[in-house]
Formats: sequence, structure tokens, C-alpha cells
Amino acid sequence: MGEIPNLVGAGLVVIGAGLGLGKIGGSAMDAIARQPEAAGKIQTAMIIIAALLEGLAFAALILGK
Amino acid sequence: MVISKKPVRLIIATFVALVSIGAFANPESDTLHVSVPETHAVAEEAHAAHGASHKETKAAGDPRKAEVDAYIEHHLQDSHDFTLFSDKAEGTHFGFPLPVILIDNGVKVFSSSKFHHGEAVAEADGSFYKLFHGKIYKTDAQGTIALDAHGHPTNEKPLDFSITKNVVSMLFTALLLFLIFTPLARSYAKGPLPVGFGRVLEPLVIFIRDEVAIPNIGEKKYRKYMGYLLTVFFFIWILNLLGMTPIGINVTGNIAITVCLALFTYLITQFSGNKDYWKHIFWMPGVPVPMKIILMPIEILGTLTKPFALLIRLFANITAGHVVIMSLIGMIFVTKNIYADLPISFGLTLFISVIEILVAFLQAFIFTMLSSLFIGMAVQDHHDEHGHDDHLNSLV
Repeated sequence: MGEIPNLVGAGLVVIGAGLGLGKIGGSAMDAIARQPEAAGKIQTAMIIIAALLEGLAFAALILGK
Repeated sequence: MVISKKPVRLIIATFVALVSIGAFANPESDTLHVSVPETHAVAEEAHAAHGASHKETKAAGDPRKAEVDAYIEHHLQDSHDFTLFSDKAEGTHFGFPLPVILIDNGVKVFSSSKFHHGEAVAEADGSFYKLFHGKIYKTDAQGTIALDAHGHPTNEKPLDFSITKNVVSMLFTALLLFLIFTPLARSYAKGPLPVGFGRVLEPLVIFIRDEVAIPNIGEKKYRKYMGYLLTVFFFIWILNLLGMTPIGINVTGNIAITVCLALFTYLITQFSGNKDYWKHIFWMPGVPVPMKIILMPIEILGTLTKPFALLIRLFANITAGHVVIMSLIGMIFVTKNIYADLPISFGLTLFISVIEILVAFLQAFIFTMLSSLFIGMAVQDHHDEHGHDDHLNSLV
């Protein structure tokens, strides 16, 4: 029984991280479409934020394991 | 001679389609018969004898699943020898041993072949040692290992400074970096253009300088940190790529190593922090006094969570990649219908492997990027006292 809350929590974390990554990716696509000349800068910022989010998600997964 | 591409595509498509038909056409009982010897021959490479026992309860009785589990677990761990493949039926292992260095009443050096992959007791200067779950324990001459209620050994552990698989990989990477970058550095003494392999490396070095170091640290101060950033980038990248080879290296997926790398970034950040950086941590300017008191512990915690996120990210990404690839390969041995599963497993493994090659670069880049970001936050000048919107503390 003790595993079930952890597993539900892990699922919630993954849902949250997925929503967040989708939002970041979508916004970055919008921004690049609006300003194609700034694509490089937008990509770098996107990767940094995605990495931070991913780090948080992984931390939650590992700590919750 | 010109060959139209269309028939080739048609043949490939037919072949792929027929593979799946073949899978459905084979009755299950027949393929089960075929797949059983396969399973034994290959899954036993896992030489999972020691790992399988306590995994058995978890895998609900399926010995093949337990063996795959044990194999993956074994791969993720560091080990005292390189085992390329082995045959449990004959008890033979193909690979090479590595030196074991123990500090236990003096330094003891012997080859890990004495352990016979955990099956034998090694004797060195009157003391006996045994390998148990990849760790060395001190035992008596019979090699008895006493377990407590949780299944953990209670035997004494000597200080282990062995040249393990991970240490060998790191030494190899360090040597490789030295050998490929020394000629590049030397070639600049002769002229502005590098020669040979240096032409491949120069764009990468310039990429780190122009895209990572200068935008994050600043034009004036970046030079001091280039050595660290380049080293950590190429070190992590090459180790990640070595992890994709079938030799079975998993260095950046080992949390001790990522802790160490993140500690370097942490120490460099703290020691290069200027007055503004410390002021922002202990006495945040521009906010009311009660807020300053609340912010102080949060900011101190923030300095620790940044390297923590850094180490977890690298460790978890690489570990997850290795587990996914090995699980997909292991899928061949646990399903009943090998003809259906072989193409699926091969295709998915190829797909994930290609993604992992991208991830290998991306994780090295992200580690370098965030390191330079943290260093940049510590060294940047704050010209106006109220322009805090642009500083990147809010990111973490």
C-alpha cells in the first residue's frame, strides 16, 4: 500500500512537467514565428527553462521513489 | 547504372510488412519453444546469480524478468572489472580484471580476477575479502557474509580506492582530452588556423565561448572560467558518448560523479561571488526589512538547490536513458513471441539510441550552460540598485 501514493505523485509530477514543457515549447514556437531572426536566442532561453523544469521533475521523481 | 529508388522502397515495405505477418503466422507454442534456449543463452550474460535472489520477490515469480532486472541493475552500478559478455552455463567471463586497492591495515593491491566475479574469496596479506553486490567486504577464510534483518551485510568494509570501471573510463577520457586538445593548442603558435583534428574541435570551443560563456558571464570576465567550462563540457560529453557504446560504461549516470561535478560548479560560484552577490543573498536590497529577513534563508537555500538540480538532472537523464535502452533490449527475452518482438525491440532501441546521442550532447551543453549562468550571477555587476528584474535569481 505504501507505494501507491508515491506512484500517484510521480504521475502527477510527470503530468505537470509535460504541461510545462508543452507551454514552453508552444510559446517558443509562437515567439520564433513572430520574430524568426531571434530564433537562436529564443531557443537558448527555451532550453534553459526546459532544463530547469526537467531538473525539478527528476528531483521529484527521485525523491519520491 | 541508375537504379530507381521506388522498387527498393517497395521491397523494404514488403519486407517490413512480411515480418509482422511472420509474427502472427507463428503459433505461440512453437515460438515459445524457439525462444527458450535463446533466452537462456543471452539473458545469462547478465550473470545475475547474486542480483536475482532478492529481486525474485519483486518480479512475481517470472525468472526472466528478474534476470533482466538484475542485468539492468548490474549495468547501472560501478564494478571492479570489465565484463564484456559471459556464459553462466559454462561459468566463463570474457573481459579483463582491474586493480583493487584497499586500505585496511596498510595498502593492499591485487587484481580483481582473484574475486572470480564474486564467486571466490580473495586473500591478500592474511586478510580475506569477498565481493558482494559490487562492494568489497572483509570476511573469514570461508567467505561468510552475515546479513541483518534487511538483507544488508554486517561485515566490515575496507576503504576501497580501487581503479574501478568508472575510474578507468574517466582516466581514459582525461587522457583522450589531453591528447586531442594539446595539438590544437600548439597549432595556434604556428598560425591562426588549426590543423588536422583541431578543425573539428575549434568550432565547438568557439561555440562554448560565444554562445555559453560570453552571454552568461560577460565580455570582461569570461576568460577566467573558460578552462573550467570547456573541460566540464568535453568531459561530460565524451563520457556520455562512451556510455552509448556497448562496453557498458555508465559514468555520468553515477550519482557520486555528478555530485562531484556539481560541487566544482558550486565552489567556483561561491569563491568568485562578488560583494553584490553576497549582499543579494544575506541582505536583499530594495525590499522592506521583514522581507529581507525572510529572504535570507531562502536565498541561502537557493545557492544549494542550484547545484542540486544540476547534479540530479545529469544523473537522472543519463540513468533514464540507459534504463530505457536496456529495457527495450530486455523486452526481447521476456515476451513469448520472439518474431513479433525482435523488430519492435530493434526499431525502438535504434530510435531511443539516436535520441540518446542527442541527449548526450544536450546534457553536456546544459550542464555547461547552467554552470556559466550560476557563475555569471555571482560575478555580474549591478550598476543600478533597483534593476533587479533582469537578474536571473528568479529562474531557480
